[in-house]
Amino acid sequence: MLSDYAFLGLLLIAAILFPLAAMFMAFLIRPKKPGPTKKSTYECGLETIGETWVRFRVQYYIYALVFVIFDIETVFLYPWAVAYNQLGLFALVEMFIFLGILVGGLLYAWRKGVLEWF
Amino acid sequence: MPFLNDLFVNLSYWIHGFLARFLPLWAADLIMMLLTIACLIVFALITIMFINWLERKVIGRFQDRYGPNRVGPLGILQFVADAIKMFTKEDITPANADRVIFNLAPVMVVVPTFLILAVLPFGRGMVAADLNIGFLYIVAISSLTTIAILLAGWGSRNKYSLLGGMRVVAQMISYEVPMVLSALGVIMLTGSLSLVSIVEGQSRVPFILLQPLGFLIYFISAIAEVNRAPFDLPEAESEIIAGYHTEYSGMKYAMFLLAEYINAFIVAAIAATLFLGGWQGPSLPPYVWFFLKAYAIYFVLMWLRGTLPRLRIDQLMGLAWKFLVPLALVNLLVMGLVATLTQGKGLFPLVLASLVANGLIVAAVVIIYAFAMRRRRQVEVAA
Repeated sequence: MLSDYAFLGLLLIAAILFPLAAMFMAFLIRPKKPGPTKKSTYECGLETIGETWVRFRVQYYIYALVFVIFDIETVFLYPWAVAYNQLGLFALVEMFIFLGILVGGLLYAWRKGVLEWF
Repeated sequence: MPFLNDLFVNLSYWIHGFLARFLPLWAADLIMMLLTIACLIVFALITIMFINWLERKVIGRFQDRYGPNRVGPLGILQFVADAIKMFTKEDITPANADRVIFNLAPVMVVVPTFLILAVLPFGRGMVAADLNIGFLYIVAISSLTTIAILLAGWGSRNKYSLLGGMRVVAQMISYEVPMVLSALGVIMLTGSLSLVSIVEGQSRVPFILLQPLGFLIYFISAIAEVNRAPFDLPEAESEIIAGYHTEYSGMKYAMFLLAEYINAFIVAAIAATLFLGGWQGPSLPPYVWFFLKAYAIYFVLMWLRGTLPRLRIDQLMGLAWKFLVPLALVNLLVMGLVATLTQGKGLFPLVLASLVANGLIVAAVVIIYAFAMRRRRQVEVAA
């Protein structure tokens, strides 16, 4: 098991080196003729107007919040699923209650209009 | 053909034994690890070349044209021409871009794809790292791609890139929830997160027979996770040019392309592993079965791309939160109930009960949908 993680560590290094090596090789071969027009922001030939890095609507972050809640819920469900065969009926009832609370949360968010995308 | 069945495993044992004769054991292990890494990278490169050619050819056929047919027989050498073009293309960094983030993104987008390849069971014993948390590892690592793509969208300082990047984040986090929930049923049946155990658990019956709905939910969310048609809004060329990789060219663009195609192959391979029995199968060698199943699913991905029009973004988000998440939750509970009721009664009652339960869920969904449509019509008539 430990050697598996050592392997993943080595693979991580290799996976970082691979794109760097590819980009370096391309750097050696490719032409370099930059110009002000070429380096301008691509917007189908028009000048870009106004600030690009704008703030996003708060709705967007509420989506992220709902995601965090549900993602953590599923992480809690994983150990339950792994041990399911050993736990029997008790685990099932408990999970009904746990999921019931979360479904209630989802319905609340739904009614509040959080799940609408504008 | 027992010789062919374990060809690659025996080959690796033989190389390891050969090395252990001259070197201390740790050095032999280290060299084996490096060889495995080299194999994975070469495998990724061959896959991207083959898939790229296959997809263009198949999509071409769907659209009643030939696809690439100039370079080599059947255009099979097209990737050589593409690679030369990628290497010799000028690399443009926009003057306004955030240079560090702009250059970091293509590196970061490739890393998770390689890391996931390590836990895929390509055949019996053919897994680079058999983690006992296998599927959790895949979920965790694959969500890193989101960050890389957001970096690309933000760092380009282009309005279209930023929109594409923001859409990617919204879409990928929304579809991650049903994807992870639908795989839970499989884990419940196996009692393990390791992909190798999941494949071995399907020696008698593939999990698609026990979890047809789970497979469907997984498949739909997986298409959205890798941003492919009909869920390819982040790179919808008709509204936001190319989305997050609008400003990229040359090798950096190639990195995004590589990650995109390999990720598509990976989700097809994971679907084959979780639901279709992975490398299990009669008479043919296990790795052949694995690739047959993975490419069969990939063919469906291409088919959908050639058939369906793109969704609207509010439809897309609604599909995830208002349809797939509740359906996945119901499916999970029903499967738990079925598994408890048929515990210790053998395989056949389990399969039968699962199929009946899935049929009931589908019927309930259809009825609820019909009621909702009728009420909407009444509201419209009243208005």
